[in-house]
Amino acid sequence: MNKDKKILMRPKYIGKPIERFEDSKYLSGNAKYTSDINIDKMLQLVFVRSDESHAKIKYIEYKEALKLEGIIDVLTFKDFSELNQITSPSRMSNYFATYQDVVAKNKVRYVGEIIAVIVAKNRYVGEDALELIEVDYESLDPVIDPEEAASNNKILLHENIGSNVILERSFSHGTKDYIKSKNIKSVSGKFKLSRKSPIAIENRCYLSDYDIGSGNITLYSSTQIPGVIRDALSKILGIAGNKINVKALDVGGGFGGKGSLYPEEIIVTYLSKKLKKPIKWTSDRLEDFLTTSQAFEEIIEAKLFFDDDGKFISLEGDVIGNIGAYSIFPWTGALEPVQVIGFLPGPYDIKNFHGNVKCVVTSKSPTGPYRGVGRPAAVFVLERLVDMAAKSISMDPFTIRMKNLIDTKNLPYRIGSGIIWNDAGFKECLEKSKNSNFFKEIIDIKNKKKCNRTWIGYGISTYAELTGIGSKISVAPGMPINTGSETATIEIDGTGSVSGIFAIASHGQGLETTLAQIIADEIGIKPEDIKITHGDTSKAKHGTGTYASRSAVIGGGAAIKTARVLRKKILKVAAYLLETDPNNIEIIDGIISSLNTNKSINFSELANSVYSDMETLPVELRDSLYAKESYDPIFGATTTATHIALVEIDKQTLKVKVLKYLVSEDCGKVINPMIVDGQVHGGVAQGIGVALLEKINYDNQGQLTTANLVDYKIPTASEIPKIDVVHTEHFLPENLGQFKGMGEGGTIGAPAAIANAVADALSDYNININELPVNQEYLFQLLKNGEIR
Amino acid sequence: MINKSEITITVNGERFSEVVEPRMLASDFIREQLKLTGTHVGCEHGVCGACTILVDGKTTRSCLKFAVQLNGSKVETIENFGSIEKLDRIQEAFKKNHALQCGFCTPGFVITVKELLETEKLETDEDIRRGLSGNLCRCTGYENIIKTVKELIQTRKS
Repeated sequence: MNKDKKILMRPKYIGKPIERFEDSKYLSGNAKYTSDINIDKMLQLVFVRSDESHAKIKYIEYKEALKLEGIIDVLTFKDFSELNQITSPSRMSNYFATYQDVVAKNKVRYVGEIIAVIVAKNRYVGEDALELIEVDYESLDPVIDPEEAASNNKILLHENIGSNVILERSFSHGTKDYIKSKNIKSVSGKFKLSRKSPIAIENRCYLSDYDIGSGNITLYSSTQIPGVIRDALSKILGIAGNKINVKALDVGGGFGGKGSLYPEEIIVTYLSKKLKKPIKWTSDRLEDFLTTSQAFEEIIEAKLFFDDDGKFISLEGDVIGNIGAYSIFPWTGALEPVQVIGFLPGPYDIKNFHGNVKCVVTSKSPTGPYRGVGRPAAVFVLERLVDMAAKSISMDPFTIRMKNLIDTKNLPYRIGSGIIWNDAGFKECLEKSKNSNFFKEIIDIKNKKKCNRTWIGYGISTYAELTGIGSKISVAPGMPINTGSETATIEIDGTGSVSGIFAIASHGQGLETTLAQIIADEIGIKPEDIKITHGDTSKAKHGTGTYASRSAVIGGGAAIKTARVLRKKILKVAAYLLETDPNNIEIIDGIISSLNTNKSINFSELANSVYSDMETLPVELRDSLYAKESYDPIFGATTTATHIALVEIDKQTLKVKVLKYLVSEDCGKVINPMIVDGQVHGGVAQGIGVALLEKINYDNQGQLTTANLVDYKIPTASEIPKIDVVHTEHFLPENLGQFKGMGEGGTIGAPAAIANAVADALSDYNININELPVNQEYLFQLLKNGEIR
Repeated sequence: MINKSEITITVNGERFSEVVEPRMLASDFIREQLKLTGTHVGCEHGVCGACTILVDGKTTRSCLKFAVQLNGSKVETIENFGSIEKLDRIQEAFKKNHALQCGFCTPGFVITVKELLETEKLETDEDIRRGLSGNLCRCTGYENIIKTVKELIQTRKS
């Protein structure tokens, strides 16, 4: 090393709790959500929706509505006949796709399905027209109970399929010889998880603007997946992709509910072109409850076999998933139930696994992705079984888990369903949680607080999830789109400022900050000087969006790969300008310095010499300061955590209160600890909703009886305790950046931990907690029948 | 045809005389007629609190009021708090503590917190939680919002 060489330390921005760059606009009321955009001559849509769950449409009478001032038109299926149906294909064998008309033609299959479209000057007059439209139905028997629908083909929702089961799949690994063994023990149960609605506080909203001159369509959409929507619209409308721009502006939460294709966005786009006017639709909360994809409705029968020492021998599971009326695009309705069975073996070493899953269509709203997808149910079932097994042999819940968790030295490990876990600290997270002060405190509280008014108990859950999934594995089994890669474009303009452009679409994750932190570290500039653009298909031509805990892993990886290419270009030019070798240059906070001389330049000077100044650089060095790369991690990154919940149950009201909560997790390298902890808190809060409050209910006629935020209660500040978070960082060497996805984990671990805590609190009673949510009604019924042991 | 009414109100210090349909919601009036889109609409049944505004200094759900009911009153929306260049102390504390994610419920929270700090003692965490329980946030799990309020209590004028 040259002894004159200066040592310059580049500051590291990854790992720093940097305040988010996007926050000021949100806090000052200057954010722009889709519903905030209004365009001259804009018309609004109001939808006539089915109020029957399964019926043939006999006629629609709308003459009176047309007479109303301010009503432009009322359109029915005939007006949309040139549009292709919505269908979600899959390569899975034994899968049957469903076909949905954008506007129902002959038959409706759930309450809320679109029957007609009112085009109005504003929403008020549009809703007046709604009152004047009559729809006559021939009612058909609803298909409500998934077990009955699966075994009985008398009432079919989709006649062309010939069954209400759109997919059946089995997994088998190992043997069943253990049944003959004398020392075998088992615990089993039939578990139920009720339907949920994602409930982003911003309802869905779409605004399509057709530019007559260019023929270009801009769809402003509150979507998580602008790239997927652009591609789907191109196919369904028969318009070239370069004529459609899908733009997700600020999006007020997604949680999966804004991660699928909806008929409304097709209709809005189609009509703006047909009528040559800007067309907008803003959902109200009732429509959100009726039509935004729901989730988590499963019945799971499962049995865990183990020996006298508590070592797991086998797991058997049978899942029936109620996917609702249609198999959703692009994920298919198989997304959730198949993941329940796929993730059922969890992070444990279980040699034998036998699983079966059926996806059943019913006359309820279609289901789609919701934070955690499949794993909240899988973890709830397995972790209940683990606690039941521990109790049956009087073993401590930590000990039984420690005994069965996969040891780091045995990773990668392929579980019975075929999922491969790679580097992750399963045991470390559990140990850290047990050794924490938090755990000492809750044991202390549990012992001290024993009183006549409440029961108190704690529960643990451990889980693993696959995040940042590369192209070798599809996010949804057999889906025909590649969710395994993302692109990043980074460029320096003539003024020397740096822009990063991504196809992922932030909707609360703070990606404008974290991606800037990543690029800043790679190039040597300040994160606040980098402009991040995302969620705009005219800027990033390919990429799918933000879902499945992938953006930091895949988008972040793409940022690193691209920034490295750009940095090389910068160094090449800078070496010439600084009259040194590229290896003798360091870039710190935007100042490019030679390590052996005092010479330095800034990015403005660099850009000027490349783009504007025609003399300083030889022509061959005036290559654009631009790089675009795509990144595919091929496999997934394993994230894991242990959750501990302390709960208290009021003996009089049977209300469960979560008193304290701990998450001990491993999400690899933490980009911004403030954002990571925030995601954990939010995920846990949604998990508490799953465990204790949230329940979408349809009556036996398929009518939604929980269609507002009073009947469907999501957690308020009063229901959520303080949430402590501790981190372990296990790295996956192959992945650029060593990041793992972590946005969903809170929702995955919390239902199980709380169910176990409730079971612990009620351990004196001969009852089993096998349904969620554990609300007062459920506990009342259980305790009425459960005698004290 | 519905007869329209004329209303006169002061919004963020500016006086407006506007003609509205009697059925027009205050939230729609503020967003669509006055173009103040910082007030958000989340449920239109008074549960979520995203549309919270101050009417004569008191928090009000603008989705539960008609515009005509605002006649003669003084209204403050999030746009009257700090500017994007200079946030006020509540907004600044939200930012510092990462008390927002998607930002949709945030204006409602900021306005609610302002009133809580001015009118409530907020002696325990439970008091803070109760005070915030009329506003729904689906992203943050409330943890950092509570942390923010605790910090603001330390520095508030008695």
